Amino acid sequence: MVNEWIYAGAFYGFASLTLLSAAGVVFLKDIVHSALLLAASFIGVAGLYVLLNADFLAAVQVLVYGGAVAILIAFGVMLTRRPNMKETNANNRWVVWGAFTAVLTFAVCGWALAFTPFKPVDGTAAQVSAIDGIATQLLGDFVVPFEAAAILLTVALVGAIILAKGAKEA
Amino acid sequence: MALVAPVGLTHFLLLGTALFCLGLYGVFVKRNAIALLMGIELMLNAVNINLIAFNKFIAPANFTGQVFSIFVIVVAAAEVAVGLALVISIYRDRATTSVDDLDWLKW
Repeated sequence: MVNEWIYAGAFYGFASLTLLSAAGVVFLKDIVHSALLLAASFIGVAGLYVLLNADFLAAVQVLVYGGAVAILIAFGVMLTRRPNMKETNANNRWVVWGAFTAVLTFAVCGWALAFTPFKPVDGTAAQVSAIDGIATQLLGDFVVPFEAAAILLTVALVGAIILAKGAKEA
Repeated sequence: MALVAPVGLTHFLLLGTALFCLGLYGVFVKRNAIALLMGIELMLNAVNINLIAFNKFIAPANFTGQVFSIFVIVVAAAEVAVGLALVISIYRDRATTSVDDLDWLKW
């Protein structure tokens, strides 16, 4: 019972951190604040992963999102100069329609999943740790997508360097 | 009922939906291309939360959901690298990051 209360408290704490930071990312007018709050939101999601028994993915989330992606976005913000920092994250003229679509999507999806009875397909939790299970699957059943992901990442990063730096004509 | 019930799958899915819709709103209404990329990252995180929650509550015997969320993270990292490179390249050409000004394909 006490464990349940601790779990619920941790869930609502991380959930509010994630959602409030995400709301700040979307609603604030200064893109530097948005980038910092985006990193905070990623950290909140990492906490939720810990609550979901995905400790390896929580570490990956902190490293890849909280580290690499947030820093990359900070670089992107810094490398594009702007005259006035206060209005760097302005809205376009579709605010009303965007809010309407987002609220409608939330209403429909929330209604659908709140009244859907999800049944577990098998009740027994895996006995191995998350890192063991992920490694077994990643290098077993999913080895071809794993290699494809490695090639995709290499090609994308080389392409990003060429795009940003510019290739010399031979 | 939902508030006193122990935290379960529905809580995580509703959280993921809320995060997804915040990202969707950001992608719709922002003028800055970097802010659009941030919105896409928020949506991908929401999908990852859903994948891992389904993994824990629906199919706890294996780790398929976690493996898929690793692939989502890989694609998201590639996407943000290429996207920011495009933004910087376009900025060098046009001195703007506003998506309203990217009108080369306009008739």
